[in-house]
Amino acid sequence: MGISEQDFNMLEDKARELRKLTVQTVSWAGGGHIGGALSATDILTMIYYKYARVDVKNPKWEDRDRVIVSKGHIGVGYAPVLADKGFFDKEWLKTYNHTESKLGMHLDVNKVPGLDASSGSLGHGLSIALGNSLGAKLLKKDINIYVIMGDGECDEGSIWEAAMAISHFKATNVIPIVDRNRCMIDGPTEEVMKLEPFADKWRAFGFDVVEIDGHNMYQIAEAFDKAKAAKDKPVVIIANTFKGCGISWMQDKYEYHYASIDASGVEKSVADIDAYHDARKAKGGK
Amino acid sequence: MANLNYTMLEATNMTTAEMYGSTLVQLAEQDSKVVGLSADLAKSTKIGALLDKFSDRLFNAGIAEQNMFGMAAGLAQMGFVPFASTFAIFTAMRGLDQIHTDICYQNLNVKMIATHAGLSFGQAGSTHHCTEDIAIMRTMANCKVIVPCDGFETAKAVAAAYETPGPVYLRINRGFDMPVYKSMDECKFELGKAQEMKEGTDLTIIATGACVARAMDAAKVLEGEGIRARVLNMHTIKPIDADAIKKAVHDTRRIITVEDHNIYGGLGSAVAEVMVETGKACAFKKLGVPDVFSIIGLHEDLMDYYGYGANGILAAARELMGADFEEDDNWDDEI
Ligand SMILES: Cc1ncc(C[n+]2csc(CCOP(=O)(O)OP(=O)(O)O)c2C)c(N)n1
Repeated sequence: MGISEQDFNMLEDKARELRKLTVQTVSWAGGGHIGGALSATDILTMIYYKYARVDVKNPKWEDRDRVIVSKGHIGVGYAPVLADKGFFDKEWLKTYNHTESKLGMHLDVNKVPGLDASSGSLGHGLSIALGNSLGAKLLKKDINIYVIMGDGECDEGSIWEAAMAISHFKATNVIPIVDRNRCMIDGPTEEVMKLEPFADKWRAFGFDVVEIDGHNMYQIAEAFDKAKAAKDKPVVIIANTFKGCGISWMQDKYEYHYASIDASGVEKSVADIDAYHDARKAKGGK
Repeated sequence: MANLNYTMLEATNMTTAEMYGSTLVQLAEQDSKVVGLSADLAKSTKIGALLDKFSDRLFNAGIAEQNMFGMAAGLAQMGFVPFASTFAIFTAMRGLDQIHTDICYQNLNVKMIATHAGLSFGQAGSTHHCTEDIAIMRTMANCKVIVPCDGFETAKAVAAAYETPGPVYLRINRGFDMPVYKSMDECKFELGKAQEMKEGTDLTIIATGACVARAMDAAKVLEGEGIRARVLNMHTIKPIDADAIKKAVHDTRRIITVEDHNIYGGLGSAVAEVMVETGKACAFKKLGVPDVFSIIGLHEDLMDYYGYGANGILAAARELMGADFEEDDNWDDEI
């Protein structure tokens, strides 16, 4: 299992491309949640280009894996993935946020092919995933449900209600991934509302915890493998990430939760993303 | 009473929420019992204005609205005057059980100042649009519901909320609102009392929030067509100004309501309830979001799209003027 060097290179190139497309989309949209989008790019890349069983020709295929981006504000980072994957025309991205567009800040399941849930109100995704899991079991379908959550999102009590229930129902095919970028809107998570000891909280709710560098493709893949292999006890992946990852002046800055980018900003950002990814690829995942 | 003397300059340079934030700072200066709460939206809702001088009196609950409203209830029990701010949808929906049972049922002195209401966060989609809150909040016993139309009125309404004991729900928009009043003095905000913005005897347009500006625009055009529309700014949805509605029924016999909200359960329904109880015939049209989850778009565009911008109001007014009534000034024989 895990990924080959060839996979690694493919995934690295894809993540680079998607980061750039995210920046471009933010500029078309007149602004967007860039910080939390870029922290999740690598996770989204791994899900869509290596793990999730989906069919772009049949987005509602019953046997597909489900993907729920519970931190729904990162539409500007998620729609480019769905478009690149082929669920809809990339041209749509140019209409992002425009009046009557199919694409708004938070994506709508009835308008966006490939999307499994409308999200944007934080703290909903994990419960929906559990419902998917219970349903799949009754239908005897062997699927996985990937859920991406924000760390700030984990302030919501509903996340912990779902966590308790996932371990109660042994819904091990739910794979929760927390994008632990340590930032929310009003500041760093540990200043606004302390989450630590975060991994222990999940353990106390019955999970095995896999903590990784959420910008390392090998580690993400290994974590997914562990989560998929879980039988009795669910696994949560805590992906340590950086808000705004890939753009030096945004990286690790909660102030870049939301930003607009003009044409010259796009150019600068794209150059910065290239520099970041060149360095990352050169390290070869070490 | 807070000494509020904002000028046009401030009103045009500050968003509606900023007017709220700065009014709240003034209240906090005068009363050490004023405290603030937010749920990781201190900056966006502008309650964060308290941070400069009163950082010990602003509590950020993190992204946990239910906890925040419960905390507000607890603070009110301790004699404080909590102002709790998050987006309207996370107030009226995510926090509702706590608002219902902990705040309204116990009649606690909590001020819920909800921002990004209606379709004002138009590009964010239905997870952030809030076109249900007026309907929801006006069924919470003990709770007053206020929808100011611009920055000036927001400042006055926030001060009035502070002065009114018990729970108050006040909904404001994201960003700038088109100014309706030209000065602080022109805004005669009195809780529960509609302000007549324009006299008229042919029909009455009753509007609230962002729709007041559109109603005024429409009324001006109608004037040019010889139609004299009365415009009421119904800033308080609860308690509703029943007298102003009854008077409108009697004087004009044609009423249009306009709100940035679902046409069910909000201003239009509140007006209709009073109207029907008069037992008088009255032509009536509710304008607002036609019971759909809205499309994406700019607030302005969406109001036009769903027919409650100025053009939509005009069309409805012309249609209503076509309705015929018996010429009969003595309504006492009508049931
Ligand atoms: C229920 C709810 N409350 C508040 C918000 C407003 N909001 C949008 S994003 C955000 C911060 C999210 O922080 P986090 O989950 O850490 O996401 P990230 O930093 O990765 O973007 C908040 C408070 C929301 N969308 N939903």
